[in-house]
Amino acid sequence: MTSNTSPEAVSLLMPEVAGLIVEALNLDMAPEDIEPDAPLFGDGLGLDSIDVLEVALVISKRYGFQLRSDSEDNVRIFSSLRALSAHIVAQRTQ
Amino acid sequence: MTVQPLITALGLDDVVAWLPDGPRRVRDLLADARSLATQLPQGGYLLNVCQDRYRFAVGFCAGLLSGRVSLQPASQSVETLSRVIDEFPDLICLRDAPFEAGGIPTMDFPSLADADPAAVTSIPAIAEDRLAAILFTSGSTGLPQAHRKHWGKLVRNGAAEARRLGFVGHHHAIVGTVPVQHSYGFESTFLLTLHGGSPFWAGKPFYPQDVAAALAAVPSPRLLVTTPFHLANLMASGIDLPPVAMILSATAPLSRELAQSVEERYGAPVHEIYGATECGQLASRRTTNGEVWSLLEGVRLLQDGDETRAEDGHVEVPVRLGDRIELLGHDRFLLLGREADLVNLAGKRTSLAYLNHQVGAIPGVRDAAFFLPPEQGHGMTRLCAFVVAPGLDVATLQAELRRRLDPIFLPRPLVLVESLPRNTTGKLPRQALETLYADKVTHEH
Repeated sequence: MTSNTSPEAVSLLMPEVAGLIVEALNLDMAPEDIEPDAPLFGDGLGLDSIDVLEVALVISKRYGFQLRSDSEDNVRIFSSLRALSAHIVAQRTQ
Repeated sequence: MTVQPLITALGLDDVVAWLPDGPRRVRDLLADARSLATQLPQGGYLLNVCQDRYRFAVGFCAGLLSGRVSLQPASQSVETLSRVIDEFPDLICLRDAPFEAGGIPTMDFPSLADADPAAVTSIPAIAEDRLAAILFTSGSTGLPQAHRKHWGKLVRNGAAEARRLGFVGHHHAIVGTVPVQHSYGFESTFLLTLHGGSPFWAGKPFYPQDVAAALAAVPSPRLLVTTPFHLANLMASGIDLPPVAMILSATAPLSRELAQSVEERYGAPVHEIYGATECGQLASRRTTNGEVWSLLEGVRLLQDGDETRAEDGHVEVPVRLGDRIELLGHDRFLLLGREADLVNLAGKRTSLAYLNHQVGAIPGVRDAAFFLPPEQGHGMTRLCAFVVAPGLDVATLQAELRRRLDPIFLPRPLVLVESLPRNTTGKLPRQALETLYADKVTHEH
């Protein structure tokens, strides 16, 4: 894989990932209102495991890779928009 | 005193569980449970939140061997846990992963290095009238309601399911995507092992790829225990699975279309289970065979007007069901619909009355109503809440609700309004809420 995994590449991808989250979950907010480093669970967006499966599905379709619980730290990947975008930048095949 | 063995359907050297590093035999489980029992602190109740199904099993069996009752709350919200500890003050929480127990003393799952499987010579017997577990539902007043499960009934429960599925003498390896603590997972991935003889996979696969890996880690024939939501997600992912002999679904209605496409794709029959935490599983059907449900052995339904009660068999006490039902003879029935107040999302059940009580209890809230919008066809329908709370903002209200509710019931969206469309008797007709929803939510998208 030859994709650029720099912090700039992650920042560049974040608006698109934010858009996917808002659309997949039908959230009551604009994509740009998701703060890059705020938690997606708990006191942040309050996502739950059902939401994670929905988001994981659109991510696997859009970026061409499957998420696995045992290969990566699931909690860390979904800890924030930036962490999720970084994981996608590193794993994407399309 | 009538007794039943801790494990009725397996011998000491039969496999009871599959772990990533290999099988565990019944004697391994019993030795681990003995070892854990000696390490548990004093106390009559065990809140067993182990995520690993084998560790849950060790904890559950250790509790049975040492006189502790397994507490299994419907929700792990701080509010619910604080209620539980009020009622069961000598509670200890057994965990195998980070868990906020809300003031309940916790014990991390310990090393069981002194367990000696060779020293296990028999399967212990437990009195049928022993209180073994308490499962909770969220009561409509805000207090969790306890449903007591005695050992003899749990034994009958697992055996009845095994007979229904045709697993007696024909054991399957069980892979479950559902938690073992909740009613459905407790029965179909745990009791079905102890009293049906089919060993379980210790993990709880999450992503579609995890489900495929878990199935690949156990021998054929395989049973996948899951939900309509997970099945839809699995189908949409497009990934392949190792051969599956049967798929079980429960917690929400499974559409015939989804059942049909799952059967075609994976080449296995899809059976649905119907039940409730109060009474356990009651009936099953193969969804593609039609609408009719068949009662499990020993269970009876009785009707009085619109009300239906379940009793006998493994049902502890007669339970009034929250569904409208049409009986067809003595052991078959049709589900006509759910009573309007009940909400069932992702296998977690509550009532609008309970949700309204919780939001109404937030200081500053003058009036509020939860609303379950009509099904949207794709994804999962989420609740909406209309709240009258001058001076409070949405973020504050959501933060308060997060303390009180399971995340699945958090409103999405929460809409602040000046007043609710109550009629002259103070009631909120569903029609009025539908109109408000169309006005405030649908039109903005």
